[in-house]
Amino acid sequence: MAESTKISSVFSQLQSQGEMAFMPFITAGDPDMETTLALIRELTTRGVHLIEIGFPYSDPIADGPVIQASYTRALNAGIHVDDIFSGIESLNHDETPPLVAMVSYAIVLRLGPENFLDRAKAAGFSGLIVPDLPADVADELPQLAGSRGLDLIQLIAPTTTDERVGRILKSATGFLYCISLAGTTGVRDELPEELKGQLDSLRAKTDLPLAVGFGISRPEQVEMLRGSAHGVIVGSGIVRHLESISKDSTTADEVVNAIGEFASEMVHAVAADDR
Amino acid sequence: MATASSKTSSSDPATTNVPDASGRFGEFGRRFVPETLMHALEELTEQYQQAKQDQQFQEDLNRLLATYVGRPNPLYFAERLTEHCGGAQIYLKREDLNHTGAHKINNTVGQGLLTLRMGKERVIAETGAGQHGVATATVCARFGLQCVVYMGEEDIRRQRLNVFNMKTLGAEVRPVTSGSRTLRDATNEALRDWMSSVGDTHYIIGSVVGPHPFPMMVRDFQSVIGRETKQQCLDQVGKLPDEIVACVGGGSNSAGMFYPFIDDADVALTGVEAGGRSAEAGEHASTLTYGVKGVLHGSYSYVLQDNDGQTQDVHSISAGLDYPGVGPEHSYWKDSGRVQYHNVRDDEALQAFQTLAKLEGLLPAIESSHAIAHVLKTAAQRSPDEVIVVCLSGRGDKDVNEVARLLGQDI
Repeated sequence: MAESTKISSVFSQLQSQGEMAFMPFITAGDPDMETTLALIRELTTRGVHLIEIGFPYSDPIADGPVIQASYTRALNAGIHVDDIFSGIESLNHDETPPLVAMVSYAIVLRLGPENFLDRAKAAGFSGLIVPDLPADVADELPQLAGSRGLDLIQLIAPTTTDERVGRILKSATGFLYCISLAGTTGVRDELPEELKGQLDSLRAKTDLPLAVGFGISRPEQVEMLRGSAHGVIVGSGIVRHLESISKDSTTADEVVNAIGEFASEMVHAVAADDR
Repeated sequence: MATASSKTSSSDPATTNVPDASGRFGEFGRRFVPETLMHALEELTEQYQQAKQDQQFQEDLNRLLATYVGRPNPLYFAERLTEHCGGAQIYLKREDLNHTGAHKINNTVGQGLLTLRMGKERVIAETGAGQHGVATATVCARFGLQCVVYMGEEDIRRQRLNVFNMKTLGAEVRPVTSGSRTLRDATNEALRDWMSSVGDTHYIIGSVVGPHPFPMMVRDFQSVIGRETKQQCLDQVGKLPDEIVACVGGGSNSAGMFYPFIDDADVALTGVEAGGRSAEAGEHASTLTYGVKGVLHGSYSYVLQDNDGQTQDVHSISAGLDYPGVGPEHSYWKDSGRVQYHNVRDDEALQAFQTLAKLEGLLPAIESSHAIAHVLKTAAQRSPDEVIVVCLSGRGDKDVNEVARLLGQDI
């Protein structure tokens, strides 16, 4: 764990330039793995700094309706964990930004934690987020991930007490995923005021980069985080676009391009400090 | 991992001294939930422990159980059913006589009082058959709490009477249209609601499932069933029963019935799951019989899932047993060998529903009919001086429309 990972390298480079990271989330296999891979290539071209890949799960209690619907579409289309790993493995990982698996513990446990981590590593993932595995029950997973050079990213919620923050920081690597609003993922109009206070308090306790997610969808929302956070995660705001492939007559190419345009705006927003 | 770090091997005998502080029943249980809920669960555990020690809380609970729920309910000797089966004497624990018609209210009264104690003003719940939804709506009306019940669209169709009752009691029933539109999806929605409302809302979970402390807390509130049964057996029969039989979906009536008997090694404990149409995946809801160890709804337990960890669809004639998971303490009891789990098919449950109606003048809930069906098959293997107690967990009024439909009759 001592040597720097692909994730920590990205953050330290951005931080030395005074820039933030833009970290989009996409669902694997919605509507199919081919589109997912096209999307990863598009996002890579647009210069995003990290991509979270959601593993569809049947009972995603940590996710809001937009991502759940996306997971359901992918599962109904027949996506399997094998397809995700082999698809990701086919990418040229010298070009892609770090890829992080967002995956329910139900899936990790069914495959066997060591087996899952081995396969994630072999496929080219740089880390994983297991949203239903709080630090208290993570047991050996942080060590098992660390020994494979994978970061196990931990979440901090607005409801997380100082005492819990201390416990979480002990096993956190890569970056901290700061949930900006109590509740599930989804698109919201305003970032809460208390968020800045929480980020300030976290910065005093850890050198890990702080990434803010849950409810961010517009380039304008980025400015409020400058100086407080090191990265911005957008999930539902991107996944919403995928819905239109299934619902309307929009083609996959059009959607990939639309998401790419949005990514460019966000990449510009996180970089620009002149406005 | 949950398995590797377990300190209790599966061959150890079951004890009543579970769960531990982290919510572990042997290797099962714990808290596999988003960080957002962790603080609330820690707080709830503490509040519950305090309430448990608080004499005033216990007095309030006992008074409501006596004067509002109607406890103790009888232990009834089913004479004609006994004669029909031609073996052990069969007694029925009459949870169907509780206010709202099922055991569910034992838990909602307890958790309702806890909600008041915590100063929260809003309650959410999930429901399958609607019994837990009605029991929650009832208690919320009694305590003046705002109530939202999540219910799968498919279950709303099957249980219209309960939906009407909940609304009459002042609850809002929110239809759940995601996934299989049944209990499991209603549970997802309730957990999701709780994540954004945890500051002012208590989630009254309806069974011994979910993250710690729910499996322990619901078991404790339901244990009044087993405690009364034990005393009534000693008073009426002069000894403990030879066997106790209860149906298992999530497993709350059975957990409450079994728990006070765990240390009585001579009392055989039998859980009966929903066998549905067949043993094929998707055709039944027999989690302990066919499931694997995994995580669902915040707890490590047996679960019906595929090789990718995706929860499988389940089927049962009974909306209350139609659930792909089971309480972690049942998994612990199964692996320790303390409780034997069997299953009963839809048609056998339907037959038992009619048999109990004709022989005893009792319309059992279709859930409880599964336990009756198992006894119809096995009572003859015991001698007439042996005693079987069946938990008649609820009454069947809510099921008559569905039963009539299945029997091809219009009502």
